[in-house]
Amino acid sequence: MKDIFQNLTNTLSKSMSMQSRILVLLAALMLIPTFFVPLWRMSFWAQQYPEGLELYIYSHNLIGGDDGNDLTEINVLNHYIGMAELNAEDFTELKWIPLIVGLLAVLTLRAAFIGTLGSIIDVIAISGYFALFSVWSFYYKLSSYGHNLDPKASVDVAPFTPPVFGHKMVGQFEVWSYPAFGSYLFAMFGLLLIAGFYFSFKKLNKK
Amino acid sequence: MKGLFKTRFIAVLSMLIVASLIVAGCGGPKSKRGRGGSANPGQSSDKVAAALATYVAPGDMDEYYLFYSGGHSGQVFVAGVPSMRHIATIPVFTPYPGTGYGFDDETKAMLGGYSWGDSHHPGFSETDGEYDGRWLFINDNAQGRIARIDLRDFKVKQIVSIPNISANHGSSFITPNSEYVTMATRMSVPFPEGTYADVTEYATKYQGILAGLKIHPKTGDLTLGWEILMPPFNYDLGDAGKGPSHGFMFWTCYNSEREFIEGGKLEITASQRDKDYIAMVDYREAEKAISAGKFKTVKGAKVIYPDKAKGVVYLIPLGKSPHGVDVSPDGRWIVGSGKLSPTTTVFDIEKIKKAIAEKDFEDEVDGIPVLTYNSVREAEIPVGLGPLHTQFDGRGNAYTSLFVESAVCKWKLPPYEDKSDMSSVILEKIPVAYNIGHLVTAEGDSKSPDGNYLVALNKLSKGRHLSVGPSIPESAQLIDISGDKMKLLYDAFTEPEPHYAVMIKADKIKTVEVYKKDDPYWHKNPNAIWSAEEARIERKGKNVEVWMLAVRSYFAPDVIRVNKGDTVKIHVTNIEQTRDELHGFAIDNYDINLVIDPGETKTVTFKANKSGVYAFYCTNFCSALHQEMQGYFLVK
Repeated sequence: MKDIFQNLTNTLSKSMSMQSRILVLLAALMLIPTFFVPLWRMSFWAQQYPEGLELYIYSHNLIGGDDGNDLTEINVLNHYIGMAELNAEDFTELKWIPLIVGLLAVLTLRAAFIGTLGSIIDVIAISGYFALFSVWSFYYKLSSYGHNLDPKASVDVAPFTPPVFGHKMVGQFEVWSYPAFGSYLFAMFGLLLIAGFYFSFKKLNKK
Repeated sequence: MKGLFKTRFIAVLSMLIVASLIVAGCGGPKSKRGRGGSANPGQSSDKVAAALATYVAPGDMDEYYLFYSGGHSGQVFVAGVPSMRHIATIPVFTPYPGTGYGFDDETKAMLGGYSWGDSHHPGFSETDGEYDGRWLFINDNAQGRIARIDLRDFKVKQIVSIPNISANHGSSFITPNSEYVTMATRMSVPFPEGTYADVTEYATKYQGILAGLKIHPKTGDLTLGWEILMPPFNYDLGDAGKGPSHGFMFWTCYNSEREFIEGGKLEITASQRDKDYIAMVDYREAEKAISAGKFKTVKGAKVIYPDKAKGVVYLIPLGKSPHGVDVSPDGRWIVGSGKLSPTTTVFDIEKIKKAIAEKDFEDEVDGIPVLTYNSVREAEIPVGLGPLHTQFDGRGNAYTSLFVESAVCKWKLPPYEDKSDMSSVILEKIPVAYNIGHLVTAEGDSKSPDGNYLVALNKLSKGRHLSVGPSIPESAQLIDISGDKMKLLYDAFTEPEPHYAVMIKADKIKTVEVYKKDDPYWHKNPNAIWSAEEARIERKGKNVEVWMLAVRSYFAPDVIRVNKGDTVKIHVTNIEQTRDELHGFAIDNYDINLVIDPGETKTVTFKANKSGVYAFYCTNFCSALHQEMQGYFLVK
């Protein structure tokens, strides 16, 4: 047992193969476009909105479809049920997510150039925690929007949590909430890190 | 191992690429325009075939827009072809509370104090002889006006009234690059306008006017180019030349007897001569006359006198009391229809040019040369009784409406190999219900008509629909002209009273459905407000000015307090940026009803001349809480 950990620790302190470094470097590069593309996408459909409404969550902003107007429209509709206006300024996530992504990119670059196999594990562990925490944070935020409805609103609805992942009926709207391109880039980031780790680990344990 | 590694390395990269492609491949929504797959009527009846040919399923869209003139309703009606469904009414010369037209300051000023007009002949702007879908022009036969509708938002942007014109009927015909749109006097009056002269002096004191209005190539703004002083005929319909006839404009004239005998009945006195005329204007010569100073400014208009500026206008003899003159798609054949003659006459523009060059004139009227009929005529076609107007299919065929016969006659355009029996070029006739005036084919005035649909615009429709009492609507019949045989597909009925209509391929028109806050195409309204913080009421002496916004489902401000006798100016901005979220603003008992489209600002100015408390409310249903969208106008 002790040997296994010893062996693992020894392996983790070894340096990476060139191929692994390239994969880890590519992983770091994956993070750059995440600043410019949406991470998450919520789609709303109702009979009288045949083209639907779209809401895109970027790492730093909330942007509605139809040149931003869909967000205005969502807020106009929400005012009838007394929901507070969805406003990018009120989402602290949109401030710290870009910061953390930047930090992850720096850590990944460090791993690619001077890191050991262990530093890949460090980046994977931090990223995984960051991803789960971000999703939970958004879930919590949306849930508090849906549960803190103005009691004087013209339309009474039961408190609800908008979907964070998957499909849900909210009033007359069908709402879908799914990861968008930015999240796929994060997934790719993770897969490249794992691949980087895997190739070096396999090589070291062959010898 | 190395090979295996490479394979996996490539696999990872390709996964990446595939993922990006999947995301990038999520395109926009599929267009619903068009009519799905071609239906197969199989062995079924003509009715079933017609039903399938005109059926546009719920949610699907028509292939063509049809813009009808609304006649003395003063409007333009918009329908889809082939369904013939009425989609919208564009108010032009008449106030229309449905869209708040004529209630706000801007449109009220545009109507110029008139409460009606007689819209007759819509015409599309053209680029290189093709409809370009930018503007629709329409004339007012009653007040001598012409209007320009912007096809981006289907709204009137300009109504122009020019001096000296009386009853503008020979309008709105447009040159192939929208250089000019025509106007013409239908009922001659003493010249200059406003002059008094008794009808006993008709032959000498009364005059007609032909005019060309310039169209600004960017904005579409209309300005008067020139007027030509003409003999006291009635100038009827017109068309602009294209191709070899580009540069010419044509109008038919009746009452070349040039008389109006009190009690003598114009229907009799104007039908005495065997031939009347086509008046043909060479607009480049008119431009030259203007730049050479050969004009007089009369009532602000540059008027050309034909006897002083030779070469600007000619007359071409044409069978008795003509109505339509229409230029074939290739621009060579000028087709004139004498409504009291059972023939339609085809003239050849090449022969016309030759006659002008050789001064081959048979007469002169008030200094205007009359071209020798036999030299310019190509053929007389015995189309039938009461020919009025001709359209084309782009396959060398012409379609002439026969008012008296209640039919459409299809015939072959020249060139003809054998001219011994002209009835041989008549291909087919189809009866219509009833008494057809104009007809229109798809893109029929362009240089390349589509040749699939024809709409017969009939004056009478008795017995073809559920009875609505004596005020019987007009009928518009859709006819399939794509095959060898014309086929009647559909009867549609319209409000009074379409004269002419024009049909354009739907995808040529690019509309906006919301006035986007930052769209540079629309001028910024200085009185627009976009937030409740900007909403305010200001008083200066006895003038009260209100900047109001409308949004689902409230007005801000929602209370306006004034004193009796105050002048009140209210600017309402609909701050919605969502399509179909229109708001109304009506003040009860004050005869005010604005309808403000998303992103639009409208202003109304009025005197608070009744004291008391008046509700104002949203008239255009907007939301679940539309009924609550109201406020109070308090007059102390």
